[in-house]
Amino acid sequence: MAEEVKLFGKWVSPFCRRIEVALKLKGVEYEYIEEDMLNKSPALLNYNPVHEKIPVLVHNGKPIAESPVIMEYIDETWKHNPILPVDPFEKAMARFWAKFIDDKFWALWPGVKKAMKSGGEKEREEGIEEAQLHLNALETQLKEKKFFGGERLGFVEISASLLIWIVVSQEVMGVEILTRDKFPALHKLTQKFVDDDVFKQCVPPWEPLVAYFNAELGALAASKMKNWL
Amino acid sequence: MAEEEVKLFGTWGSPFSRRIEVALKLKGVQYEYIEEDLTNKSPALLNYNPVNKQIPVLVHNGKPVAESFVIMEYIDETWKHNPILPADPYERAMARFWAKYIDEKFWPAAKKTVVAKGEEQKGAIDEIQQQMKNLEGELKEKKFFGGESLGFLDIAANIIIWLVVAQEALGMDQILNEEKLPVLHGWLHRLLDDAVFKECVPPKERHLDFFKVKFGSSIASK
Repeated sequence: MAEEVKLFGKWVSPFCRRIEVALKLKGVEYEYIEEDMLNKSPALLNYNPVHEKIPVLVHNGKPIAESPVIMEYIDETWKHNPILPVDPFEKAMARFWAKFIDDKFWALWPGVKKAMKSGGEKEREEGIEEAQLHLNALETQLKEKKFFGGERLGFVEISASLLIWIVVSQEVMGVEILTRDKFPALHKLTQKFVDDDVFKQCVPPWEPLVAYFNAELGALAASKMKNWL
Repeated sequence: MAEEEVKLFGTWGSPFSRRIEVALKLKGVQYEYIEEDLTNKSPALLNYNPVNKQIPVLVHNGKPVAESFVIMEYIDETWKHNPILPADPYERAMARFWAKYIDEKFWPAAKKTVVAKGEEQKGAIDEIQQQMKNLEGELKEKKFFGGESLGFLDIAANIIIWLVVAQEALGMDQILNEEKLPVLHGWLHRLLDDAVFKECVPPKERHLDFFKVKFGSSIASK
């Protein structure tokens, strides 16, 4: 049966990139449509009238929005290479931690932005502290629990990939938030993504990302650009 | 098979723990209920949910699960009869989407309608009316969001009752009225009539008193 799978996304969004990881892990062919969030397409507004946001997955004409909802849909529709565990309790743990990651990320991102924006030293420090508080919550949980289902990267890891955005943006901005010393477990995890064949296809290209962060976060140019990949 | 041990840590007034009660009762699962005092959390609760330290927590044969939607999915996958979620992946996605909408959009807006004043309150009321219209779009002509019987989204939408009771307690006009929201209004009455569901709402008088005490001083002057 011919499948038609479309993904509406924004190249720089970690929430869209996670859907790409899921689709690639399943080997699902899809058409990607890049959205300009300042000029949303009629198609996007039609497919996600409630939130008008990306990502939206459209499968044989039927739209699904919200990244965790999309990921579960993908896992239930293409059953090979499961993303979620089979056991109900382990599944519950995966869902719990994925939610925890998303909740904490949204809590820490304003701090990250504050730290990145050019401005007073004090404001930058406050931003870093704010972000690190929430990163610490993630680090503690990662250290204590083996929540990364063994060797394979699954639902929780896919959700956690958004940490790369902090790593990359801090490299660009010359700000230190997610450091190897303070967050060894999280740092090790981000390395896993960089090394993984599927994940590394799903991170934004370096040069455009630099330009994006410079423009969006309005920070001073980093004095040194480190090679990240 | 070994006997099942199911415990639920909750509070009488929490829509989130009441959701779990509905799910367990729909499945006919026997459970021990532990009422928590959130100003003095039990060591057991703190042990079972050290991350968020919140209710509800379901403990099944010693293993704890937290977060109401995570618990509901766990219940559905563990006790497979009388399914709460539909079988079809797309319909499951819709139930999850709208349940997330209720917690992330509706719940904060509902709280605002009760505590905000003047223009801000009016804005919150308009917003929530639109949200409920969106929910009507999902319900359409069905008896319940789950079809002929209660499903995941019906249970998630229990929060609407909290808004209705709060408005009654504070002498506010009902946002969810038959004129403006006939479809949802009908659904609400069917929900409250349902044999299982109606056991899982806070006792009315106590609930009204609770809201009067908590929000009584923030009634907007008209």
